[in-house]
Amino acid sequence: MHSKLSRRALLRGAAGSAVLAGIGAPAIVKAQTDAIRIGHLTPLTGFLGPLGEYAVMGVKLAAEEINAGGGVMGRRIELVMEDSVNPQTASAKAERLIERDKVAMIMGEISSASGLAIGQVANRLKTVFINTGCNSDALRGASCNPYMFHIEGANSMYVMAVGQYLLRENLVKDKKWYSLTADYAFGHDLLRVAKKFMESNGGQFAADELVPTDATDFSPYLLKIRQARPDLVVSNLAGNQITNFLKQYSEYGLAFPVAGFGFDTVVAWGAGKGNFSGIWPLVWHHLVDTPSSKKYVDTFQKKYGKLPDNQSWGDYNSLKIVAQSMTETKSADPQKLAEHLRKGAKFDVMKAREAYFRPYDNQMVMEMYAVRAKEPAKMKDPWDIYDALGTVPGPNEDLEIIAPPKDGTCKIG
Amino acid sequence: MQIVFIIEQVLNGLLVGAYYLLIALGLSLIFALGGIVNLAHGGFYAIGAYLAVVLAERIGFAGAFVVAPVVVGLIGIVVERLLFRRFYRSDPILSLLLTFGLAMVIEQGLRIVFGATPLPFSIPPELRGQILIGDFIYSRYRLLMLFVAITAVTATWFVVYRTAFGRVIRAGVQNPDIVGALGIALGPYMTAIAALGVGLAGLAGVLLAPIAGVHPAMGAEILTAAFVVVVIGGLGSFWGVIVAAVLVGVVRGVTIYFNPSWGEASMYLLMALVLLVRPRGLFGERIEKFE
Repeated sequence: MHSKLSRRALLRGAAGSAVLAGIGAPAIVKAQTDAIRIGHLTPLTGFLGPLGEYAVMGVKLAAEEINAGGGVMGRRIELVMEDSVNPQTASAKAERLIERDKVAMIMGEISSASGLAIGQVANRLKTVFINTGCNSDALRGASCNPYMFHIEGANSMYVMAVGQYLLRENLVKDKKWYSLTADYAFGHDLLRVAKKFMESNGGQFAADELVPTDATDFSPYLLKIRQARPDLVVSNLAGNQITNFLKQYSEYGLAFPVAGFGFDTVVAWGAGKGNFSGIWPLVWHHLVDTPSSKKYVDTFQKKYGKLPDNQSWGDYNSLKIVAQSMTETKSADPQKLAEHLRKGAKFDVMKAREAYFRPYDNQMVMEMYAVRAKEPAKMKDPWDIYDALGTVPGPNEDLEIIAPPKDGTCKIG
Repeated sequence: MQIVFIIEQVLNGLLVGAYYLLIALGLSLIFALGGIVNLAHGGFYAIGAYLAVVLAERIGFAGAFVVAPVVVGLIGIVVERLLFRRFYRSDPILSLLLTFGLAMVIEQGLRIVFGATPLPFSIPPELRGQILIGDFIYSRYRLLMLFVAITAVTATWFVVYRTAFGRVIRAGVQNPDIVGALGIALGPYMTAIAALGVGLAGLAGVLLAPIAGVHPAMGAEILTAAFVVVVIGGLGSFWGVIVAAVLVGVVRGVTIYFNPSWGEASMYLLMALVLLVRPRGLFGERIEKFE
């Protein structure tokens, strides 16, 4: 038996907590004294809200499956879910989840700034936090800590994944890139990694421009791109910005190839027919051809009537990983969980090869993917927007070659 | 060569001005004629965009273009009758609170009904394409937007400045008590203005849905820019908003040409500059009840 938090109730809770920012009551799925409580903290409002919605769908599906299968050591999983809103609120809510709601661990988040704040609380209160959506390399570098784990790929991994295909298509060496970068922490971090990749492979910037996050009209940028005649237009944009960019890039009919280093399937689904183009990286997509991946796509579709995206993958798998680890160690103790995850335990995360958290920076070492936009005429339905290009690293390569370089900035190893 | 590129940006800025004009016109109208600072304007814009998506599936984009603004205008009537009406004479802070709340209700309402993820929507194939003038490129769809914006402005101007209806409205702005003493009930006039202003927000939503992401927070995205345009133009000024929209479009385009990261900041700097020189905005009039 499991109670479902209705979508409405959740949204009401989300709206309420957005208003009260910090004093709103959490939505508790079911109160039961012997349940294992898991804190889920992710943005449900604002420009990352669309992704947060999928995160919630993923984690709820995982909880439902775990509880239907008898829970963890006979105890139910109980989700305590909150809208993280912004770094300040995220930090306050993380603290409250741990101290008042006594959650066994926290997972979620998409914004790198909020992820950093939650990670600091987790470290101070010695509770595991699994980051399911923040890409910034800095979280795996100077800001890393022994309690913060990353199932989300780091910016480096995204760059390496899509980079392999750019190399293969001869879009790097002696080519001119025109890059548009979201002007905040995530964008800057991504630009730094992308630039390093480009330069070490013999490419150069035609221009490298920062775009304020509140820009909705891209036409002046598009005119500049047209003048510069680059060999490749590179997006380091984020969230809804990518949707706007894709729509207007197609509106102006520019024909330069497009690629991006940060991406979410949801923003491309939201662009509309004929607007999506280019080569993009993903941590997972619904076309990944493994048995557990197919099973996930099926059950997700059955439950929600739509395809799962990369964000739902992160939150679904995080909870599955936590449940599996607790069952294996026969303990819901945060210390034991952290130790187990850091010991290199392997997990099936719906990819061809099993993944593990590497002790150097707690980054999940795993396969990444690249996809290519489909021509509009070949789309079977509005969700059929890309073809899988392949998996990085290749089957005979070490998984770690795409992980962020061990440059010594992270001191927990 | 550089000067050619700057001219291209200036001309594109004029086109982008239509974009700003569309989102600011309705706001300016309710602001000027009803004295309501409508923070829910972005919400009505979002409703327009969502209606465009829903209606276009059934009656096509052209049908949605006609029907959606009318439906949003009808919502405006209801909102005016039930809510705005109570606040014309009260402290402006109350109507600010009211419309701020309304904006949230609309955003969360859209989220509940349609979900937080953006809805796919594209420019209809027959309106797609670009027009090349020399080496300058323009989007056909934006030229259409410019045409619609000019038509909407002209129609609004005609109603407000060339009809008996408009005279009552303008008198009502300056001195509602005298208008009342002359035996004219202002109520229905204000309802009509709210319908027009809110309907214009809906129109902007329909027109921008193909080139901007359709998601619940899309209204919040454009609201600040719309306010900047209204403030630069001057409170209560009809022509001001037009000049300001074009000015913002051009200044932003040229700024992005030289320094893209200042693109959005440029309109705020422009606003600060204008307010320093002309505290009521470019064409701001003196309105007794706001003094």
